Amino acid sequence: MPVFKRSGKKEMPEIGSSSDIVFMFLFFFMVCSQLRSTEVKVKVKLPEATEVAKLERKDLASYIYIGSPTSQYQAQYGTESRIQLNDSFKTTTDIRDFIAAERESLSEADRQLMQVSLKADEDARMGIITDVKQELRRCSALKIMYAARKAGN
Amino acid sequence: MAKRKTPGLSTQSTSDIAFLLLCYFLMTSTMDQQSGLQRRLPPMPDQNQKTEDTKVNKRNIIIVKINSGDRLFAGDQSMDISQLKDKIKEFITNPTNDPNLPERENKAIEGFGEYPVSKGVISLQNDRGTSYKAYIQVQNELVRAINEVRDDFSKQHYGRVFSALTEDQQKIVKEAIPQNISEAEPKDVTKK
Repeated sequence: MPVFKRSGKKEMPEIGSSSDIVFMFLFFFMVCSQLRSTEVKVKVKLPEATEVAKLERKDLASYIYIGSPTSQYQAQYGTESRIQLNDSFKTTTDIRDFIAAERESLSEADRQLMQVSLKADEDARMGIITDVKQELRRCSALKIMYAARKAGN
Repeated sequence: MAKRKTPGLSTQSTSDIAFLLLCYFLMTSTMDQQSGLQRRLPPMPDQNQKTEDTKVNKRNIIIVKINSGDRLFAGDQSMDISQLKDKIKEFITNPTNDPNLPERENKAIEGFGEYPVSKGVISLQNDRGTSYKAYIQVQNELVRAINEVRDDFSKQHYGRVFSALTEDQQKIVKEAIPQNISEAEPKDVTKK
């Protein structure tokens, strides 16, 4: 029984592997933070749907957030539904520039496949969404996706 | 074989296990669930195209309207969201060849042959005051109806559900049962 004797003598627990675990968490969180590149300033609770399809190429998607501003921005922007592009509140007229910029950032071959994901709050009114849709049509960004959560059933 | 001094616990494999776990999380986790209903918006119409839209035969179109109180009307008939799916399925398939339901046109589909493709178009109209939630629910029901019809078709001809088919077969099914959802011009909505 030499093994038991030796382990009995040891005072400190083994900590050699903790560095690995820490690195593991480090990588894990690095990956997490990379995906959330924009700070969402509007409250977006996506509506539920059962027939959702997955977004195939995340790198080709641009996001338009629509919802009422979160509490810290309400004093400045009110509670009405607003459009958020990149990191700031914008109006429908800015969508054209946004789409142009997004399109510019893609390679020539991928431009046809660009997709706009509309992340709208379930309490938003269709008025603002229709305005956005019309503006997208005008910019001929026709591939859109209504972002939705997969329903539980 | 001289007895070697071994450490209390073997730690050689822990880093491997840690990396294994890391890889596992990287592969499986989806940080931000990116899913939704995909649509293709119609291109902005020209002046002369507008007149063309009105030419669509009345029997080939079903108008699904959601008013500002989130009430649903399909084909001028108020209904609950749960009834919409069956209504749409009936509209697309037209099982009894009802003259009030959409006509079907024999169309040659590559790799399949002739199939009577429904000419039905679902026109979705909404008010500016409609909530997005209700709108998505209706959109979802429409997609569900079409998916079920596609599933039936796939089972009948290939013996499997739509999602289990190969890409080419899916293309054929999509052609046989197109997803014709038209999202109306907003100015049409304010008129009604």
